[in-house]
Amino acid sequence: MKAPRSPWHLARVCNRLALQGFGGILAVARHEFVEREQWLDDDEFLELLGTAQVLPGPNVINLALMLGERHFGWRGIVAVLAGMLLVPGVLSLALMGVVLAHVHHPAVQGALRGMGLVAAGLLLGTCWKLIAPLRRSAIGPAWAFGLALAALALSAVWRWPLGWVVLGVGGVGMALAWRRLAP
Amino acid sequence: MSGLDFLHLSAQFALLSLLSVGGVSAILADTQRLLVVERGWLSDAGFAQGVALGQAMPGPNILVVAVLGWMAAGPLGLLACLGGVMLPSTLLVWRFSAWARRNRHSRGLRAFQLGAAPLVLGLTLAGCVVLARPYLTEGLWLGFALLAVVAVGSAWRPKVPPLVWLALGAGLGALGWV
Repeated sequence: MKAPRSPWHLARVCNRLALQGFGGILAVARHEFVEREQWLDDDEFLELLGTAQVLPGPNVINLALMLGERHFGWRGIVAVLAGMLLVPGVLSLALMGVVLAHVHHPAVQGALRGMGLVAAGLLLGTCWKLIAPLRRSAIGPAWAFGLALAALALSAVWRWPLGWVVLGVGGVGMALAWRRLAP
Repeated sequence: MSGLDFLHLSAQFALLSLLSVGGVSAILADTQRLLVVERGWLSDAGFAQGVALGQAMPGPNILVVAVLGWMAAGPLGLLACLGGVMLPSTLLVWRFSAWARRNRHSRGLRAFQLGAAPLVLGLTLAGCVVLARPYLTEGLWLGFALLAVVAVGSAWRPKVPPLVWLALGAGLGALGWV
């Protein structure tokens, strides 16, 4: 196994992988960390990903943060954040500036409408990936889908603040899971 | 908008950060509630445009929050939203990743993960509703059709980059069809 040479090296690799990631950044991260740089093997990658998924925050950034922290401490954290967010962020804002400068044009407005609908469609598509694990969830599919519907209604229809939805729906889900996981 | 407003906003996003299990999709509905419903800094259509533009660029999806923050209130809005949403989860990973790694098979963490899964699905669906609502109230059936085709298509062929779908939507929209 190799290791990043410096925080700067780590930041450059994070920047490279972020710029390749149009949505599916996880596959790119695996390719860069495991195959190209050989900082992790497959098992270590999966282990870090498992931990990244139980912690709040974006999964791939969490994974890279753990990697950075392991090698360089807080300097690794800064390197990962800068590499992941700086250049892609500036690009996003530049695109936004160009598009919004022409927003008075009917074709641009139409294009933005179409892209907004696609954004909603893409989000709905990702739900498919979330449904499969729920069908074999330890808390039982009826409870799992019931709780999902409750979260949908509370958040989208009744507009409860997220904190309350999480405490209510998440609390019930976690209590059920805790009981079902009893040793 | 005073400095206090921005501090309040970043505190609200900091709370979202701790709830963003799995990333940005679960907190989109609440981001809309904070920026559009509660403050009126963005319109419904502006919010959907910001999300679409954020998704059209390379990089982590969390940058959607940066684009929305800038559209709502300029550079300070960006700092408040992105800083708020990144800081707590980063600190948590920094201080607790070693602990989480040792205990990731523990009953508590597994219950947390299992119990949060239905919540994440429900909140992601709520994000779809919030995004699509301003368009669909106009009742254009082609808009419905585009949304459905993208949802089924992207789930069926996950290898197709989202940019392809966004380009399709931009093209159809520019022609005035949806």
